[in-house]
Amino acid sequence: MALDVMAQADLPIPLDVAFRVEPGELLALVGHSGSGKTTLLRTIAGLWRPQVARVAVNGTAWLDTGARVDLPTHRRRVGLVFQNYALFPHMTAAQNVMAAMGTPDRGEAGRVLDLVNLHGLADRKPTQLSGGQQQRVAVARALARRPEALLLDEPFSAVDRATREKLYGEIIDLRASLAMPVVLVTHDMNEAQLLADRMVVIEKGRVVRTGTTAEVMTDPDALRAMGIREVAAMLPAVVVEHGADGLTRLDAPTGPLFLPGIEGPPGTRVRVRIMAHDMILSRRHPEGLSSQNIIAGKVARIVPGAGPGVMVQIDVAGHEILARITRRAAEQMTLAPGDTIHAILKSMSVARDHVARTPDLGREAE
Amino acid sequence: MDWTALWLSMRLAAWTVVILLPVSVLMGRYLAYRQFRAKGLVEALVMLPLVLPPTVFGFYLLVAFGRNSPVGDLWQGLFGHQLVFSFEGLVVASVIFNLPFAIQPAQRGFEAIPVEVREAASCCGMSPLASLWKVELPLAWPGLMTAMVLTFAHTLGEFGIVLMVGGSIPGETKTIAISIYDKVQGFDDRSAGIMSAVLVAISLFTIALTFWLSARMGRRLN
Repeated sequence: MALDVMAQADLPIPLDVAFRVEPGELLALVGHSGSGKTTLLRTIAGLWRPQVARVAVNGTAWLDTGARVDLPTHRRRVGLVFQNYALFPHMTAAQNVMAAMGTPDRGEAGRVLDLVNLHGLADRKPTQLSGGQQQRVAVARALARRPEALLLDEPFSAVDRATREKLYGEIIDLRASLAMPVVLVTHDMNEAQLLADRMVVIEKGRVVRTGTTAEVMTDPDALRAMGIREVAAMLPAVVVEHGADGLTRLDAPTGPLFLPGIEGPPGTRVRVRIMAHDMILSRRHPEGLSSQNIIAGKVARIVPGAGPGVMVQIDVAGHEILARITRRAAEQMTLAPGDTIHAILKSMSVARDHVARTPDLGREAE
Repeated sequence: MDWTALWLSMRLAAWTVVILLPVSVLMGRYLAYRQFRAKGLVEALVMLPLVLPPTVFGFYLLVAFGRNSPVGDLWQGLFGHQLVFSFEGLVVASVIFNLPFAIQPAQRGFEAIPVEVREAASCCGMSPLASLWKVELPLAWPGLMTAMVLTFAHTLGEFGIVLMVGGSIPGETKTIAISIYDKVQGFDDRSAGIMSAVLVAISLFTIALTFWLSARMGRRLN
């Protein structure tokens, strides 16, 4: 049940994009506003038709401009979560969910609402629900359609930060029960890195880079498109123990990490997003520093940027850490590939919402 | 009190509403959702009866539906009597004359539905007809109800065009507004007073009912 998308258009924005999403995979379409990512989502749903396009699910064409195939939206089994949810205001949560079912089934609607943690709120109207609850109803409604492709259009942008963290966790949990391809449109790199298996970076309607988080993060073109301040490495880690002082010890392939505000019992697998501009590098193992996290590795590559900065890729036990330092510092330290280096990370610089549980998909995180 | 005229006015208003309800849904929805080159012209045409003197409008209808006009001849051939100076002719005139009162509020009602809500209906697998029935009509309902009430009340009060197209045939085209005029002309101030009061009462009741219903609807939506 893979989703294949190809689209080319001149208007309203130039578009030339093709990608494939595997069953159960979550692909993030990342780009600035106006890059064309939402237009692509609308193309999949049949709400927009580019001049030349092909959208196929499991080999069956929903849209094929060459073969004059164009199923109307209501004939495509697609679940779409809108940015502002677009719930039916005159219906209760349960009625909203039932509206997406071929034959309305109250019991089934209740089960889907339970799945998104909305137990007991089935008879509330959208205006009686908080933003986060409305988003959950929108997700439930999209799932009730039993979609062959699930599309999420900036679904976390209209809620506050605390709610967003919670919703990330819920989407990650939900993914265990989803067998269809999922496409997430977002301009938030953190969101894309935490939630997605792969990402497609789009700039001005063109694909800059497609690949896993690690691949995208080390691609100079992708970095330019995303903005250099968004560059971060993703480390898989396991919760070991919560200290009495609020710091949690995590075991990562790079060694132990001590970070604040981590939730979940020992054994919980998480992804930690470590921003490249938060790293400090040292040739010798530093002593007398306040930092709790000093990671030793080898310089793999030094990628100069357009400005005064360079990106240092550090290999730590087969995993990559990125550090963005000034060109001047790199020259003073006479850094070269193969050098041993110590990367220093301040515990407090890792934001709470830069840590998320790993989707439990029965396979290793990359 | 001319009960025949009141009953005739009520029947005329009811028929106008019944015919204009589907028209206002189709036209209002079309004008609300679609953008096309001649949209401004179509909207202006719909609004025209609002600004034209009823006599001008009535004159054109007489020309269009009268004897020797294609429409008039066709009607004569089909039903054996003239379209003008008949109840049917009055209904046709009333429907055309009430287009702005019916279509405008309906259009506003449909325009108030966010585009994403309609798109969400399609994404939920609803056909255009199912979307209209389950999502759009319930949401546009306040606008449609305003349209129907305005049409009903406006038909009760219409005078000029009824006189032009209908004449003043008792039981056929003599509405309550015309009857009041006749009574005043005949110095029967008492009957004119009673009938005017009845018309005021009916119109006030209808409009108050709408306000009450739409307030209730608003509460239900929120």
